[in-house]
Amino acid sequence: MMNRREFCKKTMIAVGGLVLPLAAFEVFDPSTLRAEKEGRGKTRWAFLVDTRKCVGCGFCVKACKVENEVPYDANVTRTWVERYVTTTDGKTYIDSPKGGRDGFTTMKIDQNLEGMHEIKAEEISRAFFVPKLCNQCDNPPCVQVCPVGATYQTEDGVVLVDRTWCIGCGYCIMGCPYSVRFFHPVYHVAEKCNFCYHRISKGMKTACVDACPFEARRIGNLKDPDDPVTKIIMTERVNVLKEEFGTKPQVFYLGLSKEVK
Amino acid sequence: MVHGEAWTLKEFFVYPNEYIYWSIQIVMYPFMTGLVAGAFVLSSLYHVFGVKQLKDIARFSLVFSLALLPVAMMPLLLHLQQPQRGINVMMTPHFTSAIAAFGIVFTTYGMIVASEIWFVYRRFIVESVLELRAKDGRSPVESLRLLVYSVISMGAMDISEAALHKDERAVGILAGIGIPVACFLHGYAGFIFGSVKANALWMTPLMPVIFICSAVVSGIALCIATYIVTMEIRKLIFAWRSKNDPDLPSTEELKSAEIHVVTMTAKYLVMFMILAITLEMLDLIFRGYTAVKSWDIVRKVIYEKDFTKIFILQYGLGNVVPFILLLMPRLTIRRALLATLLVLMGVFMMRWNVVIGGQAFSASFAGFMEYKLPLWPDSLETFKEGLMGALTVIVTPFVLFYLVTRILPVFGVKDSH
Repeated sequence: MMNRREFCKKTMIAVGGLVLPLAAFEVFDPSTLRAEKEGRGKTRWAFLVDTRKCVGCGFCVKACKVENEVPYDANVTRTWVERYVTTTDGKTYIDSPKGGRDGFTTMKIDQNLEGMHEIKAEEISRAFFVPKLCNQCDNPPCVQVCPVGATYQTEDGVVLVDRTWCIGCGYCIMGCPYSVRFFHPVYHVAEKCNFCYHRISKGMKTACVDACPFEARRIGNLKDPDDPVTKIIMTERVNVLKEEFGTKPQVFYLGLSKEVK
Repeated sequence: MVHGEAWTLKEFFVYPNEYIYWSIQIVMYPFMTGLVAGAFVLSSLYHVFGVKQLKDIARFSLVFSLALLPVAMMPLLLHLQQPQRGINVMMTPHFTSAIAAFGIVFTTYGMIVASEIWFVYRRFIVESVLELRAKDGRSPVESLRLLVYSVISMGAMDISEAALHKDERAVGILAGIGIPVACFLHGYAGFIFGSVKANALWMTPLMPVIFICSAVVSGIALCIATYIVTMEIRKLIFAWRSKNDPDLPSTEELKSAEIHVVTMTAKYLVMFMILAITLEMLDLIFRGYTAVKSWDIVRKVIYEKDFTKIFILQYGLGNVVPFILLLMPRLTIRRALLATLLVLMGVFMMRWNVVIGGQAFSASFAGFMEYKLPLWPDSLETFKEGLMGALTVIVTPFVLFYLVTRILPVFGVKDSH
């Protein structure tokens, strides 16, 4: 017969053992060791946006929505195009109605609650378009803050979301300085651009790259020195967005201006 | 409809995917955990530091902190898009995330509070068991009570002087461990916000400390307010009963005991208020002085968009007015009640101004977002993240407190301590 003290002791040990999460143990994995020795893989996906070529047609946004099954009329999108208009008095106006999905067909700038702002053609000093998408950061804050590990970085640098494990806390959405994340209106979990991972891992281009008529968007492999995108990133003057956050973004821009947010 | 679209108004340029994703329930979360932590710290002032004047309110706030405990988790579950997966945080905690530790910290804290209460009430529980056992012809209610007390006594029936002395030591130790854990529980809620580098308003190392101080402030204020209300009700009941039973304490006796406790506790409230406000001011001054890139938009939010919420409601009515009310000589019950209610409102507004205020501007620094609290729900979402959801969270601890005190009364008990 077990006395009470002993029973309590054993229960405590059993409960203690049960609550110790398995994740606390790191299982030895030979492939991890190999990867650490030889460097990770042969691919590092990167993106190149040439803002000088973008005309704001919105074909990329359309293609992305269809390809990745983000409801067409929902006011969220994995990729979008921003319009910047600088006036002669030094002011900058920015808009991206419906993420630029339907192109920019009016001169009026959408200021949301403030309504449409009209700028006369002669007042414009400069205007350009900037496509945006997930930067697939080398130091992704979204992966860092996910409490359950539902969002993770693949070996080739792309950040993915596990729809079956995401609890929908929104911490990753808050953690992203580029606001590329949102809740999927159908699956109700975190959603983001993943460079069309299902396509690029099979040798295809992303939907937006294929849809762009002007080659403003290109995708490449940074670890391949012969890749034309890699060559441009290595030899020309490229820039990245919001470098100050230390996220090491991997979407590179040509012709970026200081107004770009 | 996209999540967040129902209550977000955008102004100027806001990124297409930006909405107020963290709404009223995330305001409730630090507010409720703050109350838990604060109530516990108040009870510990007596148990650990031996502040004898707080004896009466110590047991009261300890039980209240137990009633608040499950409610600290409620807003999180109401906020999750996949609440049924909430347990994943315990199954695969991803420790680089501040939220991952929640399950562990919360359970540890819950166990400490529960065991401390058990030691405080052990004598009462055992005496109740003995008394009910000795009784012949128990009513069904009494049988049920006997069962409950027998189970929670866990068979430890020894109430000799030596055993009670051991209880007392256990309470001291548990309360001692409890203070850092309570501070951690809440400091860590501050860390969740303070560590978001993408948010210009949230990111400051002061955030956890500010959260702890305001937590203690709100916890003490709630304990005083609830204490006053319960005492008033007791006075009424006693006044009615003493017509038949002259041995009961008179209304005057209760009143003098009440004002004594309230005055003592209010002193601690004022102390923590000074600490909290100093830190908040330091943060504000520092932001203005350093004026980094984000200051332009943050300044517009603080001094223009949210001026009423920050300077009138939070600092004015929530800090300055109660400060004066509490420091004016000859504190009365009514004045103390008003002051503590204002303090609670102020701390709530502080949580609001941090959580909602942090999302009041776009990460592009070129536009604003406004949160329209859904008042009347037209879907599950607008219920959960609207006024009704918030009210549910507010009411629950009081219901739980009532239920807990049916078994563990907070007044007129001879405890082991």
